[in-house]
Amino acid sequence: MSRIAARFAALRAEGRGAFIPFLEAFDPDRATSQAILEGMPAAGADLIEIGMPFSDPMADGPIIQEAGQRALKAGATLAGVLAMVRAFRTHDAATPVILMGYLNPILAYGEARFCTDAAAAGVDGLIIVDLPPEEADLLAPDAARAGLDIIRLVAPTTDAKRLPHVLTGAGGFVYYVSITGITGTRSAAIADLAAAMPPIRRATDLPIAIGFGVKTPAQAAEAVGIADAAVVASALIETLAASLQDGRAGPDTVARVLDQVRAIARAIREARR
Amino acid sequence: MTLFANSLRAGPDERGRFGSFGGRFVAETLVPLILEVEAAYRAARDDPGFQAELDRYLRDYVGRPSPLWLAERLSAALGGAKIYLKREDLNHTGAHKINSCLGQILLARRMGKTRIIAETGAGQHGVATATVCALFGLPCTIYMGAVDVERQKPNVFRMRLLGAEVRPVTSGSATLKDAMNEALRDWVAHVSDTYYLIGTVAGPHPYPMMVRDFQSVIGTETRAQILAAEGRLPDAALACVGGGSNAMGLFHTFLDDEAVRLIGVEAAGRGLDTHEHAASLERGRPGVLHGNRTYLLQSQDGQIEEAHSISAGLDYPGIGPEHAFLFESGRVTYVGVTDDEALAAFQLCTRTEGIIPALETAHALAYLTKLAPEIGPGGVIVVNLSGRGDKDIFTVARHLGAGAGLEELP
Repeated sequence: MSRIAARFAALRAEGRGAFIPFLEAFDPDRATSQAILEGMPAAGADLIEIGMPFSDPMADGPIIQEAGQRALKAGATLAGVLAMVRAFRTHDAATPVILMGYLNPILAYGEARFCTDAAAAGVDGLIIVDLPPEEADLLAPDAARAGLDIIRLVAPTTDAKRLPHVLTGAGGFVYYVSITGITGTRSAAIADLAAAMPPIRRATDLPIAIGFGVKTPAQAAEAVGIADAAVVASALIETLAASLQDGRAGPDTVARVLDQVRAIARAIREARR
Repeated sequence: MTLFANSLRAGPDERGRFGSFGGRFVAETLVPLILEVEAAYRAARDDPGFQAELDRYLRDYVGRPSPLWLAERLSAALGGAKIYLKREDLNHTGAHKINSCLGQILLARRMGKTRIIAETGAGQHGVATATVCALFGLPCTIYMGAVDVERQKPNVFRMRLLGAEVRPVTSGSATLKDAMNEALRDWVAHVSDTYYLIGTVAGPHPYPMMVRDFQSVIGTETRAQILAAEGRLPDAALACVGGGSNAMGLFHTFLDDEAVRLIGVEAAGRGLDTHEHAASLERGRPGVLHGNRTYLLQSQDGQIEEAHSISAGLDYPGIGPEHAFLFESGRVTYVGVTDDEALAAFQLCTRTEGIIPALETAHALAYLTKLAPEIGPGGVIVVNLSGRGDKDIFTVARHLGAGAGLEELP
């Protein structure tokens, strides 16, 4: 069983939802983001999503765009992101790690080599924003060969007719993009989210994670009340950004981000399913 | 070269691919939208009523057909090949961009969309979009890099006069590629009422095909006009290439005419072997950006790099996917022209023909100064005079500096 499947199975047995915090690799520098990554499981992360910086992140709002710019300035490369995961794996064999990013840096690295190297580093799944099902054959065979899950995005614009197509070849879990919009802007109404779940449940047995617009502990708790996991990204990066001094990590950057992870994790654990 | 087993004009395939280029590399949220645009476009294309309506606007509003002008003094100055200029600069709004804007806004209306967004670099596409939005009474938002807002002030003012909201984009490098990112972000947040009116033959399928089709009126007219004037096809057809819409518009008609040399002119900026150019084909590598697989200026790590050109309209690190295909197939030759060469050709055309060309267009004219003597007397060359240069006179004045007689200008 993959790490992702094992983790969701264990949480299901526990009767609670999963918390998936996000960090942008190398934001604001390699060591700080490594420290945040290392601290996340103890702070309550069930799975971890790591952003691979790209110069032109077209689905992201200003908060993650700026994180990417800081990371690139700090020297982020895909090889560097994989090295972070490799270091993390030396003492955490269980927490699933998902890389999220855009296609072009992967093509530049070489898609087959990337999948091989990512799997060897201890990556479990990939979310490639600009690789919809229509183009998935570009990466799917290499990912499958390496044992990496391709996590598919489902959006409010994905209608019932299209859902089976989107979910063909999906692995790990389904990432429900809760708003029509970019990351870190507005939040979906809980009623809309609840209404969006049944068609997806009917179309797949995979767990469903809700992302985009999940910012507060309360929202995260609500999300796991109707889905299986909540992804929180921009809200954590906002905290990180606020802690920076002249663009560099401040003395409490790592602690502040991890405190917020802890607060959200607590809310999720207390949420009634 | 053994080509033409099948027509080169047949692309794209049902996945929106020209060979291995093109496609639909967008976030899931947008996929249903671009599929809807594609279905609506195919229905419109097959509807004689749609074409008749578009033809009426092109004739009575844009002023088509545009003339094919025999440039006798320029021909004589360059050694004798007969040079014809396809006068897209005489279109309403002063460039070829309006051809596609009209086609797309008629499509947006058919689709029931009530709001238009667009990106712009030099502002020509923004002005053309703002113009058709004024004509049809639709609100429009134009995304423009903050750097470009600064260097293309007259066009910003024109757009605002026309009622458009111009939103300066400060993210990334604050130029055309970032304006396109921001327009895509707007679209994803306003999927139900908004139509994204893309200005060039790039973006996700069906845009490269659709914009090419709307711009193909250039080549279709040119072909008939040159046959009427010369009784034969030209030896060569030339156009500048940024995203590549005016070039595709001219070339597409001639793709299966083996005897017609097709030449696309990229902006070589300060030189192809510097880091300051916009020559995606000559110096880039294939990758994926803005919804399509094509040649891109990018780092070893796949991060998109800044383009540079004196002409804001060519200042883009990518190129339409059909050009990437035609480049690899060898059917179209792509060459580079520097800022300085373009400035010289800008002045040559102005002084010999009394036509002030856009700086974008001046790149094609600069290569013409090399090609015309090579083809020589008896030859026939067509150049797409894609836009007029009024918008560029301040830029040119700055570069020519003292002695240009333009010292009094801001």
